[in-house]
Amino acid sequence: MRDALCRELVGRSGDERMVFLTGDLGFMALEPLRDAMGPRFINCGVAEQNMVSVAAALSYEGLEAWTYTIAPFCYARAFEQIRNDVCLHGLGVKLLANGGGYAYGVMGPTHHALEDYGILLTLPNMTAFVPAFTEDMSQTLERAGDLSGPAYIRLGRGEKPKGEVVPTYAPWRRLLDGHAGIMIAVGPLAGSAWGVLRQFDLASRPALWAVSELPIEANPPPSELTDALSRTRRLAVVEEHVAHGGVGQAMCRWVIEAGIGLDRFRHLHASDRPGSTYGSQVFLRRRSGLDPEGIALAAKTLAS
Amino acid sequence: MPTASVLVAGGAAYIMPLSVASLNKARCRLIDMHYSAKVGHIGGNLSCLDAMMLIHHEYLGTNDRFILSKGHSAGALYVTLWSLGRLTDNDLDQFHQDDTLLAGHPPAKGIPDIRFATGSLGHGLSLAAGLALAARLQGASRRVFCLTSDGEWQEGSTLEAAIFSAHHRFNNLTILVDHNHLQGFGSTDAVASMNPLHERLAGLDFEIRVCDGHDLGSIRAALAPDRHRPLLVILNTIKGRGVPHFANTMESHYLPLTAEQYAGAMAQFEIESRHSPARVEEYAGAMAGSETDQ
Repeated sequence: MRDALCRELVGRSGDERMVFLTGDLGFMALEPLRDAMGPRFINCGVAEQNMVSVAAALSYEGLEAWTYTIAPFCYARAFEQIRNDVCLHGLGVKLLANGGGYAYGVMGPTHHALEDYGILLTLPNMTAFVPAFTEDMSQTLERAGDLSGPAYIRLGRGEKPKGEVVPTYAPWRRLLDGHAGIMIAVGPLAGSAWGVLRQFDLASRPALWAVSELPIEANPPPSELTDALSRTRRLAVVEEHVAHGGVGQAMCRWVIEAGIGLDRFRHLHASDRPGSTYGSQVFLRRRSGLDPEGIALAAKTLAS
Repeated sequence: MPTASVLVAGGAAYIMPLSVASLNKARCRLIDMHYSAKVGHIGGNLSCLDAMMLIHHEYLGTNDRFILSKGHSAGALYVTLWSLGRLTDNDLDQFHQDDTLLAGHPPAKGIPDIRFATGSLGHGLSLAAGLALAARLQGASRRVFCLTSDGEWQEGSTLEAAIFSAHHRFNNLTILVDHNHLQGFGSTDAVASMNPLHERLAGLDFEIRVCDGHDLGSIRAALAPDRHRPLLVILNTIKGRGVPHFANTMESHYLPLTAEQYAGAMAQFEIESRHSPARVEEYAGAMAGSETDQ
């Protein structure tokens, strides 16, 4: 998604109000943006707390401030700056966070972002974008940029199955029809789930929905999804995020408040405890049951 | 005193010479406000009030910005705005009350002269740097002032902001340090010393000046902007300045005034108001000499 991100940002950079701040990241990726923006592209150095507060002040003065760093260095390192300087004042800073979930794999847990949107969505007016596909980048940036309030954009790697065509971007998208309940996948895992579930027949698989904008209170599931959920009473949520504060928990509350009864519920999420060994994103997903086999098993559980 | 046209960039909304009498009136109102609300943090308010009053009365133009990074001195800021007619007596009477805008730390919204809710130390200098950067990008001539505490220079984020500001040579940025030598649970020397502060920060590309933070002439002399880089003014101050048996004590950081301390402070400021500025400054110097030995 990073190349697509750079292309889209270059496209937006003609707006003189736009300022891009990076926490010393972007080598061999953001050079075209740097060249396009000149003095409005600022490498803040290895100082994420300062970067976020500077962005808040730029936003206060009417500029469109975008920050960019590896996800945990944004939401975890600079949380108080996001909370106090950005959100308390309702400022429209856009926080671009590279490497959502286990994307940094064997680089280790210091680089993983497994509680990011759960934490940030506790803050007032925060919107979290979790684009599922590379094709989503244009709409993601446009929608985030149009928000008057703050936004967190969790970037990952598009996982569209071969031969498929990504439907037009929307906060909720149905990727596959199915009769055996509903599976909701957050962000790029939707592509992985798509590749698994398309091998099932219609009757034995759940309908697959990708969600890319949170919280669900601000972007509730569409009626097509809720109608099917009311009928089938089976729900699975798949996300590369810990259970606490995740979409799985949010959906539980949402269905209860909506008066929808569930007979079966499965929540596939990142492990709440880091393992003692490290590995790739594929390895770490497998350890949490977020791999294709785990997704297939969840689908079978819903159908059984 | 330099003329406003020399000192002020971007207009002059409040510009008026600050007299010692006005300053003492503000001190009395500050003391009265805290005493009525039965709250502490008086020491750090009194140590920075002089500079805050001076900047707001003589330097801060319509387009300029002031950030109170040491948010626990919100009372001094409220009283300064009151002295300019930007807040009323009724407003100040709401200090620390329920349903108030005048909280113990500056509010996020509701008082136009206060741009950011501060209180957690280590945020203000980054915000000020962002305002300075915005002015540069927008081609605006506004000047940005940021008042920090001395203990706040132990915050990593303050140093991040200092490095950033020096690197970008924000010559529209003036950083003030209320150097009263006392922090939350001890002296700055005893807790995590950055002293002498002007020597420790000398490695950064700032114009560093040291002045007597209770001498208006000394502060004025230090505030002339540098053409090429950020200006950092270390204000040598006394925590709880002017309150007998309270100044320069740890108690002045947290505790509300007793009736005796309140009466003593009001009497002291009354005496200072009736004497010439030279006499007052002589008094302040003597007081500083006697109390820093404690």
